[in-house]
Amino acid sequence: MEYAIAQQRPRRVRFSLDETDFLGVLLVAPAILFIVVLIAVPFFLALYYSVSAYNMGTLSFSFVGLQNFFAVTESGIFRKTLLNTFIFTFASNLLALVLGKITALILLREFPGRTLVRCLLILPWAVPVALAAITWRWMLDSEYSVLNWVLVHAHLVPASVWPNWLGEEDLAMISIIVIQAWRLFPFSAIIFLAGLTSVPKAVIDASYVDGAGYWRRTFQIVLPMILPIMMVAMLFGLVFTFTDMSVVYLVTKGGPTNSTQVLGSLAFQVGILSGDVGRGAAISLYMFPFLLVASFFLLRFLRRREI
Amino acid sequence: MNLRKLGSEGGFGAALVGVLVFAAFPFYWMVITAFKRDGDLYNVDSNPFWFNQPPTLEHVNLLFTQTAFVQWIVNSLIIGLSVVLITLLTAVPAGYSLARMGGSKAENLGIGIFLTYLVPPTLLFLPLSRVVSLFGLQDSLWSLVLIYPTFTIPFCTWLLMGFFKSIPRAIEEAAVVDGCSPLGAFVKVILPVSVPGILTAIIFTFTLTMQEFIYALTFISSEKHVPVTLGVATDLVRGDIFYWGSLMAAALIASVPFAILYNLFLDRFIMGITGGAVK
Repeated sequence: MEYAIAQQRPRRVRFSLDETDFLGVLLVAPAILFIVVLIAVPFFLALYYSVSAYNMGTLSFSFVGLQNFFAVTESGIFRKTLLNTFIFTFASNLLALVLGKITALILLREFPGRTLVRCLLILPWAVPVALAAITWRWMLDSEYSVLNWVLVHAHLVPASVWPNWLGEEDLAMISIIVIQAWRLFPFSAIIFLAGLTSVPKAVIDASYVDGAGYWRRTFQIVLPMILPIMMVAMLFGLVFTFTDMSVVYLVTKGGPTNSTQVLGSLAFQVGILSGDVGRGAAISLYMFPFLLVASFFLLRFLRRREI
Repeated sequence: MNLRKLGSEGGFGAALVGVLVFAAFPFYWMVITAFKRDGDLYNVDSNPFWFNQPPTLEHVNLLFTQTAFVQWIVNSLIIGLSVVLITLLTAVPAGYSLARMGGSKAENLGIGIFLTYLVPPTLLFLPLSRVVSLFGLQDSLWSLVLIYPTFTIPFCTWLLMGFFKSIPRAIEEAAVVDGCSPLGAFVKVILPVSVPGILTAIIFTFTLTMQEFIYALTFISSEKHVPVTLGVATDLVRGDIFYWGSLMAAALIASVPFAILYNLFLDRFIMGITGGAVK
């Protein structure tokens, strides 16, 4: 009864702002609006492009069903690109993980100059990718590569046949993998370090008191506690590498002969540079299953995390 | 010191030197290249690791007098500051709302928003370039101001949500008991104690926008309007000619602020990444 009367009272904005539910919606609305208009709508637009013959030259839409997806899969370049993307992603992340772990163990110790070392070690993560990639390109230059100078002067390779890092298919792939790992490993080191140092000391002490040995402590106490946050970081690294094109575009442009082409750079080449928007969108959307799987695992670990 | 200890010390030293050289050599290489004379730089017989001729400022001069380098830096700053403003205006209220109002529904919405951070530029650049031209922003730096919040808002909302959760509820409850409205409690009581979290969001947003490359490459074509990262990577290359001295000078100058920023705020970054994940 009282409730009904309260409802009939003329509402004023002031009262609405006092209601937590309404205020909560109001505060979150701008962010949601931005995300809907500039992420969700474009995503469906990409789906729409992928099933239409849309070309920047003609600007004509016509529905073609899954033709773009099939046409793309039939090309040898695309299959090569897909394989490249997986190799590039998993190899660089694995390398970054190993280097990150080593770096974290180094930084866990106290030694003179540790602060300076830490400063230098996080540089690859801090510097914008475009600037770093162009530097690597110069270090791997076909004529003036400093790496080759060292190899030749250490008598590891003869000067006449020194490696042309960005000009040979396998070497170019190795180069972009190493560059990507270089970008990622400080981040993975930081996450390792943060994870390891955030395990409460009481938990560690308790394990000693209860008589747990080194292995039990590492694998049954520390690892399960830091695993969720580690997995979140790792999935992030995988997703960012899988969908990225910065290093490839800046260092090899996908060459030589598409040997370092990845999904992102191929979509850019077809969709933006050649203007075949339908095909480009279809190529981009082949990333989506990977994203779905990654998000699925990400959700699980986000809910399970303790640290 | 016994042999085994010596061995492990040696292993530690080798690992340290190894990762250090791997991480930092490109920066040493920027410095050396930026100040070397061309005659020295392009001489394959001389030792590349040090100056064989006196250092020079000619590459830096070329950068400031013959290219739009200064303009690019200004562009980057305009983009960065505008995006910071948009991100704060949306992500601070959103993060607060998700942390405090709406229970488990809000938690799920928060995770949903965070997941949109994973939708990559390489999936969205085709439709977004259409959106950008609908807004009449093609080849304008404002296109980036419009688009960059698509990744800064999800990230910062998540970050701030974690931060607001770490503030005791009793603070607002006390304010409301003292006669504050819920909105008043947020603005007058919570915001002032949230400065560290908001500062972290500002730094993250600024560095994320300064590092972006793909959208800038897609939307902006004229030399005048590009941000510094794109300008250095694309406009200092004329055809097949690389002005390596100037390129490295530009990369060096543009990198230094990031190196300083990251090192100054490293603890904040760590807190932001892992703290955002603390329940």
